[in-house]
Amino acid sequence: MEGNGHSGSTAREEYEVREHDVLVIGAGGAGLRAAIAVAQKGMSVGVVTKSLLGKAHTVMAEGGIAAALGNVDPDDSWEQHFIDTMNSGKFINNWRKVEIYAKEAPAGVIELEQWGALFNRTEEGKIHQRPFGGHTYRRLAHIGDRTGLEMIRTLQEKLLTTDAEVYMETTVTKLFKDSQGRISGALAYTRESGKFILFKTKAIVMATGGWGRIYKVTSNSWEGTGDGIFLAYDAGAELVDMEMVQFHPTGMVWPPGVRGILVTEGVRGEGGILRNANGERFMERYDPQRMELSTRDVVARANYTEVQEGRGTPHGGVYLDITHLGYDEIMKRLPTMHEQFLKLADVDIAKEPMEVFPTVHYNMGGLKVEPESCATTIPGLFAAGEVAGGLHGANRLGGNSLGDLLVFGRRAGEGAAEYVGQSTHAAGAPDEEVQEEIRRVLEPLTKKPSDRDESPYLLQEELQEAMMQHANLMRDEDSLKEGLRKVLAIKERIPNVRVGGSRLFNPGWHAAQDIRYMANISEIIIRCALERKEKRGAQWRLDCDELVEEYGKINFVVKKNEKGEPVIERREIPPMPEHLAALFKKEKTKV
Amino acid sequence: MSEGDVTSRAHAPVGEEELGGTDRTIKLNIFRGDAGGGEEVEYEIPYVEGMVVLDAVLYIQAHQANDLAVRWNCKAAHCGSCSAEINGMPKLMCKTRIDEYEGKEIHVGPLQAFPLIKDLVTDVSWNYEVSKGITPFTTSEKAPFTLYEEDVERLYEPKSCIECFLCQDVCHVLRTHHKHPEYAGPRFFVRNQWLEMHPLDEANRLHDLKEKDGIGYCNITKCCTEVCPVGIHITDNSIIPLKERVAGEYYDPAKWLMRKIRGRRNGDRAAG
Repeated sequence: MEGNGHSGSTAREEYEVREHDVLVIGAGGAGLRAAIAVAQKGMSVGVVTKSLLGKAHTVMAEGGIAAALGNVDPDDSWEQHFIDTMNSGKFINNWRKVEIYAKEAPAGVIELEQWGALFNRTEEGKIHQRPFGGHTYRRLAHIGDRTGLEMIRTLQEKLLTTDAEVYMETTVTKLFKDSQGRISGALAYTRESGKFILFKTKAIVMATGGWGRIYKVTSNSWEGTGDGIFLAYDAGAELVDMEMVQFHPTGMVWPPGVRGILVTEGVRGEGGILRNANGERFMERYDPQRMELSTRDVVARANYTEVQEGRGTPHGGVYLDITHLGYDEIMKRLPTMHEQFLKLADVDIAKEPMEVFPTVHYNMGGLKVEPESCATTIPGLFAAGEVAGGLHGANRLGGNSLGDLLVFGRRAGEGAAEYVGQSTHAAGAPDEEVQEEIRRVLEPLTKKPSDRDESPYLLQEELQEAMMQHANLMRDEDSLKEGLRKVLAIKERIPNVRVGGSRLFNPGWHAAQDIRYMANISEIIIRCALERKEKRGAQWRLDCDELVEEYGKINFVVKKNEKGEPVIERREIPPMPEHLAALFKKEKTKV
Repeated sequence: MSEGDVTSRAHAPVGEEELGGTDRTIKLNIFRGDAGGGEEVEYEIPYVEGMVVLDAVLYIQAHQANDLAVRWNCKAAHCGSCSAEINGMPKLMCKTRIDEYEGKEIHVGPLQAFPLIKDLVTDVSWNYEVSKGITPFTTSEKAPFTLYEEDVERLYEPKSCIECFLCQDVCHVLRTHHKHPEYAGPRFFVRNQWLEMHPLDEANRLHDLKEKDGIGYCNITKCCTEVCPVGIHITDNSIIPLKERVAGEYYDPAKWLMRKIRGRRNGDRAAG
């Protein structure tokens, strides 16, 4: 794409230079927690966010933070949380990452409380914990159904007490490496003015979240375009399990404008019942033991299948009924849901059921990281939160994402700080490289009009349709191949994207950057989905068997080759050490 | 691809988007311009059942005005990004249904209490500066705390603020009198309130509320409460209680005398 038919000016562009010990890209839960960790080490940290502070997708998390505090069910333990997470992930998770997570999540919750976060309480005055799909015990610390808001606000206000510098509404377009292949900087522009900033830094924490926007029906905001994972991949980082895309079982379906907006799993946690148009409680047929509280992959497929087989509601969903809880309890435990349905869909959930259907929600795959330090395969590049892979395997349990942000956000920040403390090399990037990148970024604005011009919005829509149609929660080889053809054709057209207007807060220009990330990630997801020939968690290949043994022992690791093409490697998962493997033996004898 | 085989089942249900389509079109007048000036531009778009103002604005952006500047994130009234003025009323665009304006014109413009950047986007960075100046949650107790559900219920309301800044926009102290340097605004009285009410917080913010945050400027017109999209009773539950505590601390003659005799520190501690 680069250098393709320059028509704009080749004059040198001015840019600001800022220097930080660590640059954190993304200001959701993981990014904020990482930045706090760096600042607490007394280092200089910059935080770049595409939106205003406090608006990141973490704010949409509703149900709670999974942590084995044992406040409601004293029998809970990190061991059981480990077992549940591995079971749900169908054993392709990075077991060391899961072990660290299960052990450290409770401390993450308590730390939030120390910083002023509010949680619902038990009668004894402890943090209350609610049940959630796939968790053996009641495990989710929560505040009503807006736990994410509480978490992001707490972290944001904590960050404001440090010396961290926040660059709001700023977009990173490239990572720079030095001659040794180490991180040395990043280029960004401010959305408000279109001015460029070169960040000189030896370490970057990637905390950019997911890429749900590659699908048409998603619970993700406009931000979820996968910038971070693509920039890291483009710089040479390894990705893992990219085929694993989580469809949340319950998104809104009606009216059309709200399609895909999340309906919290908290509704099922609080006893919500799923029914089809015939009034059948259909989960009896898919998971008679756990019913509505089965794992997300199972419930999503059940909802999808009911509609596919003609038992859907008038608007193409299934019913989710919480009316039995009564108005007062709903207002206490699910007030946001009540308001959301009443205002946007004219539905009073205290009186009538909701209509729901699966919506793209989360990406289990991501940057391959060291569990302890969150280091990626590029020296100086760290990653935490949704952009990092390994924790969730083939299916994420609800509540394990917020915990992930706290545990690995902190570890990534500390890992980056430690790395910087030990390094003596210089940071920065040669001016020619910076100028070349600036020219590339400006291309959609500066190029001459032609009859091949493409709208970034419409090209994005076309991609979203293709992914929806061919890489949905049920997949097969023929359809995936057709999807790949479409995505590759869209990729070819990206250099034709042109937008009008100036650099001043121009969303069209911003969208023109995003399409490159989205198309490349889509290609990788489909290629990996073609490789994993089985049904496992979120990867449900209709043309293959369930849980094929050989695939249970490998991760698919993707890396860019010299020609810029994605290469997929089958990498064996190292065997679990005895102290972890023994947990499952005990589990078996218990049943 | 033939019907009924494995491949066709692998597809998402399609055609649902047509369900909401109608023959109707609607017109919106949207402010276009920047700090140098601007004017309203009329756009006509297809009406889809149940659509909100943000749907309309995003349709215009995708199909008619690619560079139309607007902020949005969650599209479900959780994040507070898409604040604007609709027919002069501060509102969240994602929560304002088009059918509320049946038979009426729709005018969409930027917030007025903050400097305009472009179109519907204003510079709200001042709010983050104010937030930074507030004494954060401070306690010598070590978590996990013992705290009860009745405490949580009291703190729940001020904690549900989504920082949309609509209350800041409507507040005449900021909107009309531009007291930004000496007044924190309703949003930050709400933040002060939960901090002051948290059973484990040990800081005293009354001096700041009086001197730095200018709570005295508020004359309780309740405009902020009216526009709050999450229904916080800002005036009754946040501002008035804080005003009472400030008055008790600084205008109570007995306390005034105590302060004179024993010095400010003691007075502060007594109020905490």
